[in-house]
Amino acid sequence: MSNEKGRFGAHGGQYIPETLMNAVIELEKAYDHFKDDPEFRQELSTLFNEYAGRPSRLYYAEKMTKDLGGAKIYLKREDLNHTGSHKINNVLGQALLAKKMGKTRLIAETGAGQHGVATATAAALMGMECVVFMGEEDTKRQALNVYRMRLLGSEVIPVKSGTATLKDAVSEAMREWTSRISDTHYCLGSVMGPHPFPTIVRDFQAVISSEIKQQMKEKEGRLPDAVIACVGGGSNAMGSFYHFIEDKEVQLIGCEAAGRGIDGFETAATINTGRPGIFHGMKSYFCQDEYGQIAPVYSISAGLDYPGIGPEHAWLHDTGRAQYVPVTDDEAVDAFEYLSRTEGIIPAIESAHAVAHAVKIAPAMDKDKLIVITISGRGDKDCAAIARYRGEDIHE
Amino acid sequence: MSRIAEAFKDGKAFIPFITCGDPDIETTKAAVRAMAENGADMIELGIPFSDPTAEGPVIQGANVRALSGGITTDRVFDMVRELRKDVRIPLLFMTYANVVYSYGTEKFLSNCRDSGIDGLILPDVPFEEKEDFAPICDKYGVELISFIAPTSENRIAMIAREAKGFIYVVSSLGVTGVRSEIKTDLASIVELIKQNTDVPCAIGFGISTPEQAAKMGSISDGVIIGSAIIRYLEKYGKDAPGHIGEYVKSIKDALG
Repeated sequence: MSNEKGRFGAHGGQYIPETLMNAVIELEKAYDHFKDDPEFRQELSTLFNEYAGRPSRLYYAEKMTKDLGGAKIYLKREDLNHTGSHKINNVLGQALLAKKMGKTRLIAETGAGQHGVATATAAALMGMECVVFMGEEDTKRQALNVYRMRLLGSEVIPVKSGTATLKDAVSEAMREWTSRISDTHYCLGSVMGPHPFPTIVRDFQAVISSEIKQQMKEKEGRLPDAVIACVGGGSNAMGSFYHFIEDKEVQLIGCEAAGRGIDGFETAATINTGRPGIFHGMKSYFCQDEYGQIAPVYSISAGLDYPGIGPEHAWLHDTGRAQYVPVTDDEAVDAFEYLSRTEGIIPAIESAHAVAHAVKIAPAMDKDKLIVITISGRGDKDCAAIARYRGEDIHE
Repeated sequence: MSRIAEAFKDGKAFIPFITCGDPDIETTKAAVRAMAENGADMIELGIPFSDPTAEGPVIQGANVRALSGGITTDRVFDMVRELRKDVRIPLLFMTYANVVYSYGTEKFLSNCRDSGIDGLILPDVPFEEKEDFAPICDKYGVELISFIAPTSENRIAMIAREAKGFIYVVSSLGVTGVRSEIKTDLASIVELIKQNTDVPCAIGFGISTPEQAAKMGSISDGVIIGSAIIRYLEKYGKDAPGHIGEYVKSIKDALG
């Protein structure tokens, strides 16, 4: 999909300070070497299966299917992974790679805290030092995850600059990497940033679509008609889509966080409201003003509250291979409650965006159609915030 | 010889940096004039960006103050046109790729030429990505400045051979900001650059005192100072230009 300079059509590239260039070149070389190394593959596969609990289940949501009365719905249960989300797939891969490269320290950005927790977990497991940058606003929204990271032995640095959310955490992690490169690997959490990160993260997350394909064949004997996943930077969606890109009959749908609606400014729906730009190391779509100032985006979901999208998604959008739809806070919260009541599964508020879209389209689809929704994470972390959204003040 | 290269002809060049519109355009204009009158050989004008990832806290703060004061790229161009009535030294823009790309690279550089901008510095555009900007810079006679960092090592020759205007030698790892000590072996980096090009080298990042400036000047062709100047704006706001003028003179004197 990407050429040697990490381009996905017009998107991607390496728009970073000269100080970091040799670091990303070294990372690319190491990745190219280890990705096909049988020992590395074996170690990663063992970590996936024995530590993270893969393969994750593909669960037939029978009650939801009957309730909606249309397409047959399957849930890809990434929420059942160790640490509670898909983030562990990428982190185990990158931490193992970093260790092979001789790095002793991981740094990471986090929005909802899921990537930070996953990175802190891998660092604990592999005996590495770990520092996580998190927007100060998000440390309040996701206080429990801050505690989890500290419990796992990581330092959490609240980022006060800009909007004090995910984009500022990414900026601060990049600044930190510029000042300490030799022993430090920047464990980027999504399919974004400078090449080779979008490719590396996608490859480690592609286990999701590889399993869906296999499991669907076992259960239904065919490919699904639609795969639906939420998109911030886009790692769980890219992982869910990747092995279906060549199967043109499979519809790929990414659900963006529309916040309070795509007609206003309080949104984080990048494809729906953004335009091409260059930021955080990549050319892609970004929410920005007429002068290219990055927009202060908003979503109830800290994990989707990001003004850009990974370059491969931008390319899938340009080519029409995937479709990107906006889902509002209200719709996501409804879906969060719906899946909890209907299937006894509390999804992350991020994943609830994908559930919301499935709830919209499934009823109009024939009963012999198959939908897969990726439940990228579990929703325990969101309960207090959703309660507040509904006007109920609970203590965590 | 380009106007930028010419500015290095009479001894060591001093290149101060200022963020446009911090706290307002009038203050920036007064500061630019004060710097020019007190010996600046060229000036880097920062066009503010919402997320300046190569900057430390001081210049980040300047970006926030400028943007909340309502600065825009078009207003910066207007300011340059007005300054060009009396400011003769080379002026360069320092900003981020998206400010140029989003404005329209062609339109941005055409405006640079028309308003009198000599060079462009984009810290998030390395050698590998310069094709997006370099050909259009060439078309409009604006020199795209190349960076060389302490980590550049095997990349130095490649970058130096295609460099224009001057080479921005980054003194230390990390982001912009005042440092008490610079430990990088800059003399050998500069020597390696000199083996590959005649383009002058200016050292930036972390320099603030006249002593540091003199030391950095002794091993290169000039010095760049940003955060130390922004600190005057942080402290004195609209009254900063007089202080900045005195500071610029002290650095220029130290460079000899």
